[in-house]
Amino acid sequence: MSLQEFFAMGGYAFYVWTSYGLCFLVLLANIVLPILQRKQFLRQLALKQKRQQP
Amino acid sequence: MFLIPDPVGRFFHRMASPPHFYALTEKLMPWLMAIFLILLACGLYGGLYLAPPDYQQGDSYRIIYIHVPSAWMSLFIYIVMAIAGAIGLIWRIKLAEIVAISSASVGASFTFIALVTGSLWGKPMWGTWWVWDARLTSELILLFLYLGVIGLYNAIDDKRTASKAVAILALVGVVNIPIIHYSVEWWNTLHQGPTVTKMDKPSIHVSMLVPLLLMALAFKFYYVIAMLQRAKLELLQRERTSNWVKKMIEEQK
Repeated sequence: MSLQEFFAMGGYAFYVWTSYGLCFLVLLANIVLPILQRKQFLRQLALKQKRQQP
Repeated sequence: MFLIPDPVGRFFHRMASPPHFYALTEKLMPWLMAIFLILLACGLYGGLYLAPPDYQQGDSYRIIYIHVPSAWMSLFIYIVMAIAGAIGLIWRIKLAEIVAISSASVGASFTFIALVTGSLWGKPMWGTWWVWDARLTSELILLFLYLGVIGLYNAIDDKRTASKAVAILALVGVVNIPIIHYSVEWWNTLHQGPTVTKMDKPSIHVSMLVPLLLMALAFKFYYVIAMLQRAKLELLQRERTSNWVKKMIEEQK
């Protein structure tokens, strides 16, 4: 099977690749967003703690 | 309590302690990530490349490798969320509450994926993006239940009260789970019947079944990873004034 054939998905390329693309976008967001939010939250807490200490 | 052996009791006690849980997730994360990525790579290779096209549906059937595992996960996570919610409700275990609410967003995502990929599969096969049949409608209700849980949790400021409310909502919604599962048998629907869970003889070839099961397993690991990431954030927000969080921040500097 050639690479072109593989990506053509027997004429269903749009449906198959949109499904997979969307799926992995949503799954990636579910991991990346909480990590970014946690990092930001920790930074805020650290700043607050610094201010409270003389 | 004396029926439970002491080391077992101690294990659960330690597990339910937030700082221990936080440290354990950090240690487990690389391993979970590695297993997930390996399973995912094998599943995708088997499903998209090795498996032959379907004799009726051609290559469009390959959506099954994300559609069906996502749909399974949407039900599985809901049950986990309801059980964790019940444990939090009965024993007031903080970590159970956190697992329940952290599962909701992952579950909602899988429900969304199942609905959208189903729609993208339905268009070329059924000729329509959407029909109001039993399977599709009950799955859509599941998405609303998840969104209801998330919305309710965010609407209540006191997170312990919010967890109580959310647990009750989740438990009531459990009614929907058997409806989704049996909808293709109870009603005449456009959605095809089960192909894998027929116990006597699954009507799917082994070259298609193996990648499907690999993807299902990969998604299970993914759920644990995503849920734990969300749980860590939730835990920090709730415990921000406690000593272990203060100490951890000081050590980072």
